[in-house]
Amino acid sequence: MRPYLAILSARARVLLQYRAAAAAGFACQWFWGLIRMMIFQAFYQNAGASAPMNIQQVVSYVWLGQALLLLIPLRVDGDMAEKIRSGNIAYELLRPIDLYAHWYARAVADRIAPAALRAAPMLAVATLAGWLKWTSPAATAACAVALVAATLLSAAVSVLVSITMFQTVSGVGINSAILAVTFLLSGIIIPLPLFPDWLQPVLNWLPFRGLMDVPFRLFTGHIPVSQLPGQLAGQLAWTLAIGLAGRWLLGRSVRKLVIQGG
Amino acid sequence: MPQIIVENLVKTFRVAQRRAGVLGAIAGLARRRHKTVKALDGVSLAVEEGELLGYIGPNGAGKSTTVKILSGILVPDSGRVEVLGRTPWKRRVETVSRIGVVFGQRTQLWWDLPVVESFELLRDIYRVRSADYRRTRDELVGLLDLDPLLDTPVRQLSLGQRMRCDLAAALLHSPRILYLDEPTIGLDAVSKLAVRDFLRRLNRDRGVTIILTTHDMDDIEALCRRVIVIHEGGIYLDGTLEGLRARVSRERRLTVDLARENGQVSDPDAEVIFRDPRRVTLAFDPQRVAPAELIARIAARHEIRDLFVENPPIEEIVARLYQGAGQ
Repeated sequence: MRPYLAILSARARVLLQYRAAAAAGFACQWFWGLIRMMIFQAFYQNAGASAPMNIQQVVSYVWLGQALLLLIPLRVDGDMAEKIRSGNIAYELLRPIDLYAHWYARAVADRIAPAALRAAPMLAVATLAGWLKWTSPAATAACAVALVAATLLSAAVSVLVSITMFQTVSGVGINSAILAVTFLLSGIIIPLPLFPDWLQPVLNWLPFRGLMDVPFRLFTGHIPVSQLPGQLAGQLAWTLAIGLAGRWLLGRSVRKLVIQGG
Repeated sequence: MPQIIVENLVKTFRVAQRRAGVLGAIAGLARRRHKTVKALDGVSLAVEEGELLGYIGPNGAGKSTTVKILSGILVPDSGRVEVLGRTPWKRRVETVSRIGVVFGQRTQLWWDLPVVESFELLRDIYRVRSADYRRTRDELVGLLDLDPLLDTPVRQLSLGQRMRCDLAAALLHSPRILYLDEPTIGLDAVSKLAVRDFLRRLNRDRGVTIILTTHDMDDIEALCRRVIVIHEGGIYLDGTLEGLRARVSRERRLTVDLARENGQVSDPDAEVIFRDPRRVTLAFDPQRVAPAELIARIAARHEIRDLFVENPPIEEIVARLYQGAGQ
């Protein structure tokens, strides 16, 4: 564990240096949050009676999403992409550590550090303004646990996405695809319970709701705390599946690399 | 028993070839043409513990391919390799934890971190014990004069400073073998001397085996007792630096400074390769004419102010060797 924790902490320290980016991101996400909140408020004022979530839950969900936006994988890791493109990835093999675990540790830092920088001020502002309703300590704790699992899942997805760079070389297509898919299917654009009923089974089955929707609904009480174990199992099962897929794909690509050369 | 054994190593690469023009590009989508390039074609060598070996050859001769195979990050087509008793590509993690590698053209430090944090990260990655780490680090910091650099982020270092830090980084886990790929490329004269001096000490005092690939023949002349010349995937020569000279040419050079301006110095057993009113350089074969005799013959006819005998520069020897090997 020691090498991987060291990589995680070193990477996080690098990312925590980018405070100006965090401040700019905070301003942008705050503004965006206001717009989203007002759209939903206007929508709810004119909607019929039986909404699947009440407006207070939706508003909390929106602000949690603004605070933790960077927890979801938005794009390919630029450094990794460059290393794969140039073939320099072979030199990573000079370290006496497991390549997948090395990338995974790095990806966890990539998810946590920028999200943490932005989350604290955003949650504070949203709470003080009365937008974010803290329902109960148990719900908050359940949300925190689910967020840990969401981070692990998110890191697994982003490593898998980086590994596809072995096949595609350019990350432009993947970048737009991953952004569209995770934004829509994790609940960042519209909370997942507001999607049509016939889509719900599909959304429930897909891994992306584990990134945002699960912790947020636990927080708002839309999913009762008693369902935490089942939700957690879903997140971790997907983490494991995506992790194994990434490891398999990486092993294959690296074998090709060490046999064919950089 | 040798620390590194290489027997009959063969490595070929398949290179995709693109046909010219739009039609060629379309045809390439359907079916790619490949060309097979032999990077190594039956290389055998053995290196004993504590050797300092120069591994030279023109670009594309197979130097880096050999180093990559020895490091375990490239798998050969055939042949046997043992480094510290293990086959590197089968036991990659064990092998790389006991070797150090420095590439002159790329850094292995973390670009955004201060040097000392890169060192600590390497300590954790190589699982070096704290006490061992402190001792090794202090030693390396002293030898390479790194103290003023430790808190600087790597991206702000000059090339010479970065190379010194890279050397230290490759040695923090006390490897028994160090591979260096062009460690002095792009360095200024002072930094080159510092790097050479450090490598010499490392080899002499700590007995670290060093394999050095370089195009800088001064590095070779200053450091290496043994030289291996590789050309087109095969070993062209394996021996001492003197042996290399003898193989290519026994030629010596006599340079004479004349007291009076007179360009007429010549001798039937020597060839004039440089002529100036006050200085003449003659190339001769010491087996055909002894240096003392040649000097005596010239001194009898001309008034000499100064003279010296030297070997042709190693660059010239190697250039001739590459040309000869190419034919």
